[in-house]
Amino acid sequence: MRYLMLVCTDPQYTPGQDDGAPDVEDWVRDMDGKGIRLMGNRTRPAADATTVRVRNREVLLTDGPYAETKDHIAGFDILECADLDEAIEVAAKHPMAWTGMIELRPFWPDDEA
Amino acid sequence: MTGVQERIAELYADGWSRIVATMIRFTGGNWDLAEECAQDAFAQALLKWPATGVPDQPLAWLTTTARNRAIDRIRRASTEAAKLREAAAMDPPAPPYTSDSEIPDERLELMFTCCHPSLHLDAQVALTLRSLAGMSTADIARAFLVPERTMGQRIFRAKQKVAHAGIPFRVPPAHLLPDRLPAVLHVLYLLFNEGYGDPAKARLAHEAIRLSRVLAAMMPDEPEAHGMLALMLLHDVRRPTRIDAAGDLVTLEEQDRARWDKAQIADGVEVLERALRRRRPGPFQIQAAIAACHATAADAAATDWPQIAGLYAQLARIAPSRIVELNHAVAIGMAEGPLAALPLLDALAAGGELDGYYLLHATRADLLRRAGRPEPAGDSYRAALELAPTEPERRFLRSRLGRLAGLHSAASRDQGEPRRSPEPTPGSSQ
Repeated sequence: MRYLMLVCTDPQYTPGQDDGAPDVEDWVRDMDGKGIRLMGNRTRPAADATTVRVRNREVLLTDGPYAETKDHIAGFDILECADLDEAIEVAAKHPMAWTGMIELRPFWPDDEA
Repeated sequence: MTGVQERIAELYADGWSRIVATMIRFTGGNWDLAEECAQDAFAQALLKWPATGVPDQPLAWLTTTARNRAIDRIRRASTEAAKLREAAAMDPPAPPYTSDSEIPDERLELMFTCCHPSLHLDAQVALTLRSLAGMSTADIARAFLVPERTMGQRIFRAKQKVAHAGIPFRVPPAHLLPDRLPAVLHVLYLLFNEGYGDPAKARLAHEAIRLSRVLAAMMPDEPEAHGMLALMLLHDVRRPTRIDAAGDLVTLEEQDRARWDKAQIADGVEVLERALRRRRPGPFQIQAAIAACHATAADAAATDWPQIAGLYAQLARIAPSRIVELNHAVAIGMAEGPLAALPLLDALAAGGELDGYYLLHATRADLLRRAGRPEPAGDSYRAALELAPTEPERRFLRSRLGRLAGLHSAASRDQGEPRRSPEPTPGSSQ
């Protein structure tokens, strides 16, 4: 199964709970090597985002993220895992799970309408 | 004939979870199809066995029948998705149920497998009760105090997430078991309540106690697991005396305490004391302590209500819920009199969440009766009567209502027990 792994910051996080957190380079190397991480990248902050909507054939642009208040997305990865347990294991090894948070979204399979 | 039916009922009780688990694996995680095929296998047994007799290995027969049904269903479905599922189901062949896990009981192991922490706790519990324990959606809804439709949707959504998110049906490794313990304890608790409330389902109570014992032995460092076992043991002693020969509810104070199993009480108290020594109190331990107050009182008059009220207050702090508040009010009513409890109950009623809960009205009725206000008491009994879920409970309320007419003095109290609460408290108004 494929999962979109959204890597996010956590505004609630209080420093000092990440003793022993893994290194992100190691994580990438490890997951790429296992064929689990198909691709991924860091993304620029919300200030650099542009939101696109088409309404009545008109392209409407908004400077910034869709949700005004918070956008904590710092990056993303696409994972190929056997199941959610494996995806959770992979996510828990990512350093941002230690200081931020990670959301796992299963892909919508091609064969489903 | 009836012998065959009884045998099938037994097999259903003992084998349902195993067959469903096998089918969940066989269908590559299609829970709905798994349940449907298991259901169908039992229907086939009811149809065929009266003529053919019960096969030598009835569980194997049922499993094979369910499996054939699944293959049939998957073949007949014509969509691409179904073909993919078929491929998944056929290859590799589903392994027969085996495991090298550290859980020494298959049924318990399946509960831990079912309670995946990526689902909301309530969803884990409801799904396990439905799919694994074979409890009806209506019964589960009553246990959670929600409408049946709401519970149906909750179970549906849980199954959807299992399928869509790729939640595997896999026995968790030992180090992940404590994460899943709260959900498993709730499952056992609600199974026990089902068996406690209905004499026809007494075997559920026995099974829940058996599984709790296995669980407590398996997790010696988890005081709540021991608290749960103690709670069940101490409540279970009342099961034979809470309903009389005519099927009527007997109030706790009128129950024949001589018939309570003294050895079981001692066992329960010992298990509880061992748990409490770990100094990590939790909702189940506190409720077991409340149950111990009742079980060890020489008679109803000797009940230590102030202590029970204190325990409910502690419970309300660590596991707040409306049901706990209701129980606390009942204990205050016993410790300090109905006038002290009525304002608590008014506040609870004003919240509105328990409007559909018959014990709110029954408790209020009882307090009003004892406070010498028969008219509003009558109104509350009638409100309770409309909401009471079982016939013995309705008969009990009718008799109370009848007695109200010829108002009497006794300080006797009704005591329905909100055993269907999702909170770990089979005792309410004891």
